[in-house]
Amino acid sequence: MEAKILNLLERYSHASIESLIPILQDIQDEIGFLSEEAIVQVGKHLQMPTSKIYGLATFYNQFRFHPKGKYHIQLCHGTSCHVMGAVNLLEIIEKKLKIKAGQTSRDGSYSLEIVPCMGACAFSPIISVNGEFHGNLNQQELENILDELVND
Amino acid sequence: MVKLSSDDISFFTSKVLYKPSDDEVKLVEEKIAVLKREKIVKPIVFIGVTSSSVVAGALKTLEAAKEYIDSSELDIELVEVGSIGLCSFDPIMDVQLPGKSRISFQKVTADLVPSILDGVLNSYLLEEHVLGQYRNQFLQPWPNVPYFDELSFFSSQYRVLMANCGVISPNSIVDAIAYGAYKAFANVLRNHTHDEVCKIVEESGLRGRGGGGYPTGIKWKKTLEEPADQKYFICNADESDPGAFMDRLLMESDPHLLIEGIAISAYAVGASKAFIYTRNRYEFTVLRLEQAISQAYELGLLGHNILDSGYSLDISIRKGPGAYVCGEETALIQSLEGKRGMPTLKPPYPSTNGLFGKPTAINNIETIANIPLILNNGSEWYSGIGTEKSKGTKLFSVSGKVNSVCMVEVPLGVSIAKVVELAGGVAKGRKLKAVQMGGPSGGCATPELLNTPIDFETLKELGLSMGSGGISVYDDTVCMIDMVKYFMHFIQKESCGKCIPCREGSRRMLEILDNITRRPVTDDGHNTLERFKGVIHLESLAEVMRDTSLCGLGQTAPNPILSTLKYFREEFEEHIFDRKCTAAVCRNLRTFYIDVDKCTGCAACAKKCPTNAIIGTPRSPYFIVEEKCIGCGICEDVCKFSAVFFK
Repeated sequence: MEAKILNLLERYSHASIESLIPILQDIQDEIGFLSEEAIVQVGKHLQMPTSKIYGLATFYNQFRFHPKGKYHIQLCHGTSCHVMGAVNLLEIIEKKLKIKAGQTSRDGSYSLEIVPCMGACAFSPIISVNGEFHGNLNQQELENILDELVND
Repeated sequence: MVKLSSDDISFFTSKVLYKPSDDEVKLVEEKIAVLKREKIVKPIVFIGVTSSSVVAGALKTLEAAKEYIDSSELDIELVEVGSIGLCSFDPIMDVQLPGKSRISFQKVTADLVPSILDGVLNSYLLEEHVLGQYRNQFLQPWPNVPYFDELSFFSSQYRVLMANCGVISPNSIVDAIAYGAYKAFANVLRNHTHDEVCKIVEESGLRGRGGGGYPTGIKWKKTLEEPADQKYFICNADESDPGAFMDRLLMESDPHLLIEGIAISAYAVGASKAFIYTRNRYEFTVLRLEQAISQAYELGLLGHNILDSGYSLDISIRKGPGAYVCGEETALIQSLEGKRGMPTLKPPYPSTNGLFGKPTAINNIETIANIPLILNNGSEWYSGIGTEKSKGTKLFSVSGKVNSVCMVEVPLGVSIAKVVELAGGVAKGRKLKAVQMGGPSGGCATPELLNTPIDFETLKELGLSMGSGGISVYDDTVCMIDMVKYFMHFIQKESCGKCIPCREGSRRMLEILDNITRRPVTDDGHNTLERFKGVIHLESLAEVMRDTSLCGLGQTAPNPILSTLKYFREEFEEHIFDRKCTAAVCRNLRTFYIDVDKCTGCAACAKKCPTNAIIGTPRSPYFIVEEKCIGCGICEDVCKFSAVFFK
């Protein structure tokens, strides 16, 4: 993993602080999350204190500090999805997979993320599992989807 | 896109974008007619692929169409297009046969593709999926199929920004140029000075579409007049209002309109470097914008010495890592500089001291999309649309409890009712309760206010706001307190934490709202007093927050609360004094019971109950223990005999 990060940092050889966000985004795209080593490496590269980088990364919604699960579930919680009952779906997911929003299950099977709006309000409420969308969900359909994941 | 030859490039840059010589006019027109697909030799299938239609399975539809074409060995062209705005009818597939007009089909899932295509190719239409056809005088129409301009959804709109959305391919600059893109930019470079462009835009009366409504021309002039060796232009494409999707669809459907708008705007303020700040999560948007920019470079419409005018411009995309506060211009600049997106004190304004300390102009993407239209048609044409102080058209995304979720474009000054009507009215024939405009920084209008014209001034007077243009429609199953709580939760999470009124105020307000909707349902004196005090504090807190917050986020965040307190006060009182939620959304205030006559004792509810509050023996009626019940309503959902009810 370290080699990957060093490789990636080479592309930003004379970078300054304005490249910090793109660098962190690239790292997350590459290894799925921001690991402690990665942040230390970036700090060395940009000659910045690690605390500053953590400060920046925790400010933005995009960055995560744990790896994604095998099944990464995103639940849309925009205004439209909220009106259509996304909260009930959230509860079902949390109960069934025994994880809270933003967490990854201990065995690394599932992770759950709440996103502010997917921009497809015609099909709310929506979840996506590993990038595959399920729109106009009701509770029964959601349970069927989750059952499939659990049995897999 | 196919790689363009140098002949093609010079054809576009010297003939199409400039005035062709008299003997060439006909040739150019003919070539454009081919590019606009008015004269085609083989059938074309168009499929709308956007972030919205993908959820409905548009990518699978695209795949199925590819498979159909490959397996049938017919010579058919497949074109990806954007969205025409009718999101509820996605995925939409159009077919155009040689000599025939283009016809649209709605809700075309992958399994329907073969039967619809088989049908059309044999002049048979699958009627329940026909949406309409495009009018074209040179092409033969389909019988008994309505024209789009006859459908009330389209005829009641005024589509200038969206004119090409869903029609042209967002992946091809050739398509865009055939439909008129980059003409204004070429003309500006040739015939106008920076100052003239600012003046034209100022005269048009265009005002910022991001929510503030500041006149664009004046903003530009300030940046232009500032002496500096380097200036920047930033396009704010980080549409982060939950429930708003029009900017995203516009960018995905007609990216070249935006690139042209940025190019003209950057020229107007004298910037040689422009940034598009969009969001990392908008994969389609980023993809299409990146593609559009590289195509524009290829044609020499961006880069060094554009069209031999001596003007150079570079545009790059920055993927915002996701923070609502970055919609605020100073916060956005901080984020571009690689810092936490925290707003800074104004003045100094970005027009004097912006990105990297240089003069910077920042505009919302919808504002920028208007620019090419204004320069093509003149400022008088533009100022003829809309009301006296609010000119032009506005895009709205209408969602929530409506029949047809859609994106519409209407002239400013139309009533709220009209926009709701375009979305097919309230779903399932229910009663309209409120119309929420402008997301977390907007307010709620009651049914009595529906005839209010949508313009900057009138809405402000009523304590409402256009925001960026997201409209949510609520019916009587929506609880206003719950919605306010939702918005406050959002603000509390997204507050950057720099200034105290916003950081602490949003948190306290959320606590008060939680307190109003929390158990116990029982009414003892102390609790009631606390709740009652809460609502008094809520109002004064909201006012303090509005008056003393540092940036737009904090100043507008109390709007949902203030407007709800103003128009839906009785609902607050009902929650506080009667401990009741008529819409039955605030789950803590519901008490569930089982009807002993209807219950068959199937135990379905008892198995699902998260707190094991339902007890009984199988095949005899069950019972809910009130103290254990958290009012989640799962029992009601699973009961097949509708034996569970609540009071």
